[in-house]
Amino acid sequence: MNAIAPTVRVPRLAVTGRIAFHRVLLSEWTKLRSVRSTKWSLFAAFLLTMAFPVIFSFVTRSHWGSMSPGERAGRHPLDIALAGVNVAQLAVAVLGVLLISAEYSTGSIRSTFTAVPKRLPVLWAKLLDYAFVILVLMVPAVLASFFASQAILHNIPQLQISFTQPGVARSVLGGALYVVLVGVFALAIGAIVRNTAGGIATFAAIFFVLPPLMFTLPTSWNNAISQYLPSDAGRQIFALHHAAHTLTPLTGGLVFLAYCAAAILLAAVLLVRRDV
Amino acid sequence: MIEARELTKDYGAKRAVDGLSFTVQPGVVTGFLGPNGSGKSTTMRLILGLDAPTHGDVTVNGRHYRDHAAPLHEVGALLEARSVHTGRSAQNHLLALAQTHGIPKGRVSELIDLVGLHEVARKRTGQFSLGMGQRLGIAQALLGDPKTVMLDEPVNGLDPEGIHWVRNLLKGLAAEGRTVFVSSHLMSEMALTADHLIVIGRGKLIADMSVDDFVARASQKVVVVRSPEPERLRAALAGEGVSFEPAERGALEVHGLTAEQVGEAAATEGIVLHELTPQQASLEEAFMNLTRDELEFATEMEEAAA
Repeated sequence: MNAIAPTVRVPRLAVTGRIAFHRVLLSEWTKLRSVRSTKWSLFAAFLLTMAFPVIFSFVTRSHWGSMSPGERAGRHPLDIALAGVNVAQLAVAVLGVLLISAEYSTGSIRSTFTAVPKRLPVLWAKLLDYAFVILVLMVPAVLASFFASQAILHNIPQLQISFTQPGVARSVLGGALYVVLVGVFALAIGAIVRNTAGGIATFAAIFFVLPPLMFTLPTSWNNAISQYLPSDAGRQIFALHHAAHTLTPLTGGLVFLAYCAAAILLAAVLLVRRDV
Repeated sequence: MIEARELTKDYGAKRAVDGLSFTVQPGVVTGFLGPNGSGKSTTMRLILGLDAPTHGDVTVNGRHYRDHAAPLHEVGALLEARSVHTGRSAQNHLLALAQTHGIPKGRVSELIDLVGLHEVARKRTGQFSLGMGQRLGIAQALLGDPKTVMLDEPVNGLDPEGIHWVRNLLKGLAAEGRTVFVSSHLMSEMALTADHLIVIGRGKLIADMSVDDFVARASQKVVVVRSPEPERLRAALAGEGVSFEPAERGALEVHGLTAEQVGEAAATEGIVLHELTPQQASLEEAFMNLTRDELEFATEMEEAAA
């Protein structure tokens, strides 16, 4: 009964490919760069990382003459140089959650998983692309922060520190590495929670609510437990001095890395198992 | 080719798809028909592996969808629910999908032109109308030049011109030997487009037959007849399986006989007829009759079980 001649011709595809991981990486890169939230969040992270040390340096320089010896002793050049990291991590965490939660809220995850039905390559590609872009952005940002704050503080000998001094390069670059891991951790949380508000709230609870809550515990418990929280352990990556009741930079970094690995593992298991 | 065997999906206590077995053949347009909420979209998600079946199994071109090395060349799908990031342009949405399979960028522009979205290809899809969204979905389905095309309610939101275009597109795809599986809740739309029908209600298979057979099976024999001697006519026509209902302006609606049978009986008895009109049940009625029977049966079963 349907003998009408077709009038719509779909052009044929000359070459046929197949799914490959480098192609999924490129696909996720296209997605990353083609939404506005990426540009705004990364711009904010970059700007915050540098703006805080610069402002902090100028304020310190102008008040240095009137500071008490105690106040002066409380100032450390690396704290000033990395003052923006704790703020920039917020923008990076929000974008990390958003990169996957927005796929669920808009429904584009169905298109994504129709193109890559094994699903896991999508998660690996998102993590790698995002980690790469944060690293490329944050390394120059922390270096610029360090040298800019040192330049502003050039006439205060007590606040001069050499990049080649032991631990300094590790601390400065560690600030960038910490933000990379925060982005990865947040992306994994987004994949687990699959909801933007829920994902951001979960991240905030782990990083900003849990640590002060530890102070309600007896001091000995707090001292024993707090150092193993993701936020406290992770922060040791860019801490110059090893304070009491904190992990070493290497141990702290590994503990935070283990949290990231656990979150990614849970995200991967749920990604494969759950209906979309 | 799509093959479903005993396909079943539960969402909590609700059974959305219930033991569906069917085969969708290449070379014809197969309509997937059922009222809203009957399980069509769920079945399509099961075919694509987006949802996992509770029982049963479904394969596309001989394999589970997720086991294909190049799934976009096997199946192109338009899903009913929106499946595009609202902050991304149509161009970038299609490009990101194409890149997973190494499909060249030129293919994206080619399809954007084919569906008539050239002017808005760089706009964020959140600003798209329903019809533009459907066109983008159709472009997405055709991106990988797939052997099987599966479209969920493709004409939703399209203007008459767009609907006509989609009909011709589907027929053209089937004529090229592809498997074309298209869902709708409108029987009239399917009758114009499909060769074969798979009808479901409440997640269960109701019919799996050609469109022509479906209409013949589902339509009832009804004839409207008008005569100055209605009583004599009734007596002449009375018999097993025959019933009467009064119709407009004194006419009589005869159920269970064809127009030929009524005319011959009247001629034999010498009864004058002023009107003799066979009533072809409309496709929509045929569909309603089938699904209503199924729903009533299901309700009775539930009441009996309660």
